[in-house]
Parts: sequence; C-alpha cells; structure tokens
Amino acid sequence: MSRPFGHKIVTASDLLAGDVIYQTADDRWSRQLDEAELITDEAHAQLRLLHADRQQGHIVGPYLAEVRPGPRGPEPIHFREAFRATGPSNYAHGKQTDL
Amino acid sequence: MYRYTDFDTAFLASRNAQFRAQVARRIDGSLTEDEFKPLRLMNGVYLQLHAYMLRVAIPYGTLNSAQMRQLAYLAERWDKGYGHFTTRQNIQYNWPKLRDIPDMLDALGAVGLHAIQTSGNTIRNTTADPFAGAAADEIADPRPLAELIRQWSTDHPEFQFLGRKFKIAITGSPKDRAVTKAHDIGLRLVEKDGAPGLQVLIGGGLGRTPMIGQVLRDFLPRADLLPYLEAVLATYNLLGRRDNKYKARIKITVHEHGIEQIRQLVEARFAEIRPDFTGADQALLAEIEAQFAAPAFHSGDTAPYDAAYESDPVFRSWADTNLARHRRPDHAIVSISLKAHGETPGDASAEQMRTMADLAARYGYDELRISHEQNVILPHVHRADLPAVHAALKAQGLATANIGLISDIIACPGMDYCALATARSIPIAQEIATRFEDLKLEHDIGEMKIKISGCINACGHHHVGHIGILGLDRAGVENYQITLGGDGGPDATLGSRTGPGFPADEIVPAIERLMRAYLALRDGRDETFLETYRRLGAEPFKSALYDSARTKAA
Repeated sequence: MSRPFGHKIVTASDLLAGDVIYQTADDRWSRQLDEAELITDEAHAQLRLLHADRQQGHIVGPYLAEVRPGPRGPEPIHFREAFRATGPSNYAHGKQTDL
Repeated sequence: MYRYTDFDTAFLASRNAQFRAQVARRIDGSLTEDEFKPLRLMNGVYLQLHAYMLRVAIPYGTLNSAQMRQLAYLAERWDKGYGHFTTRQNIQYNWPKLRDIPDMLDALGAVGLHAIQTSGNTIRNTTADPFAGAAADEIADPRPLAELIRQWSTDHPEFQFLGRKFKIAITGSPKDRAVTKAHDIGLRLVEKDGAPGLQVLIGGGLGRTPMIGQVLRDFLPRADLLPYLEAVLATYNLLGRRDNKYKARIKITVHEHGIEQIRQLVEARFAEIRPDFTGADQALLAEIEAQFAAPAFHSGDTAPYDAAYESDPVFRSWADTNLARHRRPDHAIVSISLKAHGETPGDASAEQMRTMADLAARYGYDELRISHEQNVILPHVHRADLPAVHAALKAQGLATANIGLISDIIACPGMDYCALATARSIPIAQEIATRFEDLKLEHDIGEMKIKISGCINACGHHHVGHIGILGLDRAGVENYQITLGGDGGPDATLGSRTGPGFPADEIVPAIERLMRAYLALRDGRDETFLETYRRLGAEPFKSALYDSARTKAA
C-alpha cells in the first residue's frame, strides 16, 4: 500500500537572492512558510509543482516539501525544512531576523 | 610569494568577464538552471540552504596581507561581515547575491585571487602544508610545485569535465600536515641520492567510501611532475566510471582495477607524453621558485619573548600551545586559533581578518596561511615580536590557546548552511568546546583531534579524527555516529565506528565519558588519547560510551 498523501507545500530558492521561497495559493512567492499554499491533494500538488517548474526564469529548484497544518499556516515536519524556514543556528541571520 | 604576471591578470579578467556574461544570461532567461549550474560551479558558486555561497580558493593556503584585507572587504561589502575558512584551504561566503558575484570576483582578481575550479568536476585547489617554507622539519618548500600545478590545471582543456572532482595535496615535510593520503593524488617531496623528487600517492579520499591512498610511484624526478600528473588524469578520465556518481572518484577506479593495472596504464601514457614536455614547464618553475625565496629574516635579541614567557602565564600558555618550531631558532610559526570556545570553527569577522593582515604586514614578512584545520598561520614571526602579536590577537578574541587540543575542532558547515548535509555540525562543535572549557580539562587531556562532518561526504574529515563525529538523519532526527582511532598524519588511518549513534543532546556527554575513560586509562600524562587507544583497543572506550545506556535500558 502506498503511503497516504500528507500535507505539502511547493518551495524553491529565489534566483537573485538565493533565499528560500514558498508558493502561495494566489500565485505569489512568499518568504514566509506560513503563507505557503497548503496542498492536501496529490494531483493538485503535481499541478502546482508544474506551475512552479515553468517559472525557472526567476526561481531555482522547486520541490514539494512535507508540512503539517498549524494555527498560523503550514509548519515544517523535517528539521531541514525548519532550518530553511528560519536560518542557521550559529548566528541570527536569515529569515529568523524577520520573524 | 607568487606575483601574478600580465598573462595571469589578463586571463583572470577575461574569465571573470565570461562568467559575468553567463550570470547576465541566466538572469535574462537565456540560460536555464540546468545549463547555468555547471558554469557557476566551475566558478565557485553554489546554491545552499539559505542563499548562494561563493567559495574562493586560497591557493595552497598562502596569502599576503593585501589579499587578507580584500577578503575582509568582500565580507563587509557583499556578505554579512564574516567568512568561513574551510578544510580545503578555501574561504566561503555564505550570503552573496547572484547579481553581486561578478563584482566580488573582480574584486578578488584585483589582488590575484579567484574562485575558479573551487567546485565542479575539475581539478580543485591544490592544498599544501600550511607551515611550508617555515617548518624546521621540511625537506623543501612545496609551494612552487603547487603554483605550477595551479597554472597547469586552471582551465586545462582536457580536464574540465572529469567524471568527478579531483583533489591534489602536496607536502614538503615527512610530518605531512596536508593529509596527502586522503586525496585523489597525494604528493610528498623526497630526495634520492641528493636529487629532488616526489613520492606519488593515488586513490585516497574520505566521503562515502573512505580509502587511504596507495603509492603509485615511489620516486618521481621533480621535472617529470606535470607529464606524470597529466598521465594520471588522462588515465582516470578514460577509465573512471561515469555511470554512477558515487563510484566516479579515482579511489574507486583504483579499487576496481587494482593499483598494478593503473600503474601500467599511467606509465604507458606517461611514456607517450613525456617527450612533449621539452622544458617550458621547468623554465616556468624556475621563475616561480625565485618568487618563493625565503624572506630576509631579521636577527636580533629574543629577550622580550623570554621576559614575557617568564612573567605572563596567559602568554606562556598560548606560546606553549600555539607556536611551532621554525627553521630558524629565533623565529616561530604562530597558529592563530579560529576556534574560540563557543564560536563557529573556521569563521573570522572582517575586523579579525584585518587584524591578522596587519600583524602579517608588521611582524610576519607579509605572509599568512590557512590550515586545513581551519586556523590561520603567521609562518614567520621573530620571537621578540611574539608578545606584541599575542596582545593584538587577544584584543580581537584570536588568542585562544587551544591548537591541537579538544576544542580545536574541524567542523564542516553542516545543515546550518549546506544543502547536502544530513545534520548540523557547528552546534555540536560549539557545545563540545564550551563543555570542556567549563570542565577546565582541555590542557590535561592534551593532543586531541575531533573532526565533525554533517553528512557522509566527510568535508569535516571525521574518518581521520582521533574522535570522528558523523551527523546523520535517522527517521527525521539528527543522530551522531562516533568513530575512534583515526589519524590524518603521515601514516593516515581511518577510524572505526563504535556502534549506534547518539541523539544531539547525548553526543556531548558521550564525548565527556570517552575523555574521562581516557584520563583514567592512560599510562601517564605523556600518553596521548590516540596512543592509549592503540594500546588498549576500542573495548574500554565502547564501554565508556555504551555501558551506562545498557544499564539504564536493563
């Protein structure tokens, strides 16, 4: 039996800044994970990823990442996504400075 | 030190202009990411977890004060005010913007630095003994040959699309401070009947399949170096696997075909191409060598050193720990620790870089080195100047007396920055350093090399750490495996895994148990951890690591 499809988001890096970006439901790219479109359907996820793939003139490396729904929006499940959503642990650099 | 010729300057300017155009074509959409990626990698540009990363080569680890100041300028102008020195004698900037990178490369070019072939499937920055030209135990300075290799390998048309990256290290000392046995090619300067030559090692490497290099040629006359390297690379380029990225390094080629067959193929190719090398390379080498002449060393009274050593215990501790023997008794080699307790191993702020540049200009004959252990070296300092150097370093948080001790940890950037990492390295290094600082055990423990990698690619050289720590992802949680007994010296040895790994909050206590076991088991203060481990084997240390857990589980 295949694994049930969990909650997903589409994430990538910005071409110019190289920072982490998230695809929103209204087709923007946000710097905030909690603004990402929470995707619950596998077919829709593939369509949203294809949509991101077509924007590689200004984004790099889009993929689907697993998340869980939280009170403010999607939350990371894996620690890698948690670091991407905040920044490094040795300096207060990256997104955590704006959170 | 080598000074760029007009040719070097023009080459670098045209290469940077070429990359500037490639960046512009990526931004305007003419190049896809798939097309752009190999081009940016060849110029040292990665896309990491939070941002782009620019990796700048410090060829064979040598730089002058103007270059160090320029590294500081880049850090402030285009990054977040610091840089990270790596185990490959490179410096990495963690936060550049794609549009700025061509300007950064031009700024580097202005002082004779570049990022060419710091990534990609090419011949990378040749690394060398950071004490080259200064150490008392050296046969000859390896840097002229390293510079020759840099010029030969840069943009070499035959070797721009190798099956995988290719790393060369060179040492002029039998002490081997360049870990030559863990490189695709390791070169050791030797002499035979008074003639200079090299022992050539091949097929070493850490990473997913760690291997110790084997001797390919016991004595290669010095004049044969380039044709011989070309023969090795050509053999690898044809024979190396391209079907599987994880089996593409030359160590696997050597492993699969055997050293004998590789030797036959290399020697055959060498015989074929040797006649093409009619002496131009040797003429160039002679010009390079003239530029690596030793500085005009000052002589003078070392009394100020003796006085400070007698009267100042902080200076004495630093001098005992951070100085190495220079080939002149009135000079010393100063290791500047970039491992202040609790700080990120290998990081230096722009201000610290400028302090080190100033000290090199004022007291160090304008020379600095970067070590593969992520520290900065002033290779030549007159002993009389050491108290002043120490005072200036202290004011900048650069006088930590811990070289070769438990807090002098190699750590890769790990998952705090690296897109390939499976766990973090930096916080583990920070916690180990602060823990042993709190315990005040560091100097009692003595010589201890802890090396931490955040994934199996082993940028933190964990296999050759006396204690190696490998960070992995175990079911979505960071987990740290320990290896013991590794050694990166002349008789390089791979460490052995002790058993199951530890979660992040248990790894520092595990290291503490290991150290307490060592202190209890050692045969006097002079027996190092590695010697105790070799004498007793892994068992008592495994007990220290796992017995309490077993008791708890029972």
